[in-house]
Amino acid sequence: MTRKLTCKEILEQLSAYIDEELDPSLCAEIEAHMEGCNPCVAFLNTLKKTVVLYKYSAQRDEVPREVHIDLHRFLREKCARDEGE
Amino acid sequence: MDETWLVERARAGDFEAFEALVTRTEGRIYSLLLRMTGNPEDARELLQETYLSAYKKLGSFRGNAAFSTWLYRIATNHALMRLRRKQPETVSWEELPLPSHEEIRQRGVSDWAVDPKEALLRREIRELLVRAIQELPPLYRAVVLLRDVEGLSTADTAKILGTTEGAVKTRLHRARIHLREKLSPYFADGEEHGGRAVTP
Repeated sequence: MTRKLTCKEILEQLSAYIDEELDPSLCAEIEAHMEGCNPCVAFLNTLKKTVVLYKYSAQRDEVPREVHIDLHRFLREKCARDEGE
Repeated sequence: MDETWLVERARAGDFEAFEALVTRTEGRIYSLLLRMTGNPEDARELLQETYLSAYKKLGSFRGNAAFSTWLYRIATNHALMRLRRKQPETVSWEELPLPSHEEIRQRGVSDWAVDPKEALLRREIRELLVRAIQELPPLYRAVVLLRDVEGLSTADTAKILGTTEGAVKTRLHRARIHLREKLSPYFADGEEHGGRAVTP
């Protein structure tokens, strides 16, 4: 019989589990552990919510108008000068 | 217009094609630089440095990676160089102290009653997320931003940072645990407050 994973070992694998990067057999072991371990379920759920919060926070920040204008002016000056050299 | 065509035109010296590529990508790159530095003035300057570098290096762009991934690499390198210059050597780039499993056990763990989409409507939550990211050492910050915020793959993130996929995965996991710890006091019902937390 194989040794069961401890909570500590589960904790180390949770990001890979969320990202679906683990072997199916290890996933099954983690899911079996979760059936009887409320703290690990809560930790997994909150780690997933952390990832989702950051994913949703990525609504593209608009480039402020003056930053956009400065950038294009800067590039026109610098790149045109380089071409002229 | 097709990105590949614009890149080809820009490589052939068509500045308007390059400007079109800049306009397409500047939002993503500015967002990354702002989150990396936490400072709008640094982000503005780094945005200019990034695109000037890109223009000068267009000849070395091979086209086997997406143009935006190539830009992320230039932008991240510029941001990391600036952070290295600005930060005292005593600030660690590699170490990220995390609570041990035993500490987490002692505190207990409780789920968060939070709807991420609704939470993000609140300004203080958006500021909290930014603050928590800023507390990460720069290399961990870069990994979270590229993987979880920008949604790049582990392989692309490793290429951008010039490291291994294993190092990206390890840093990402540690960074997520750190961020979870920072967010918990705001979202957990019982954790660290003696409420409904459950202990392993």
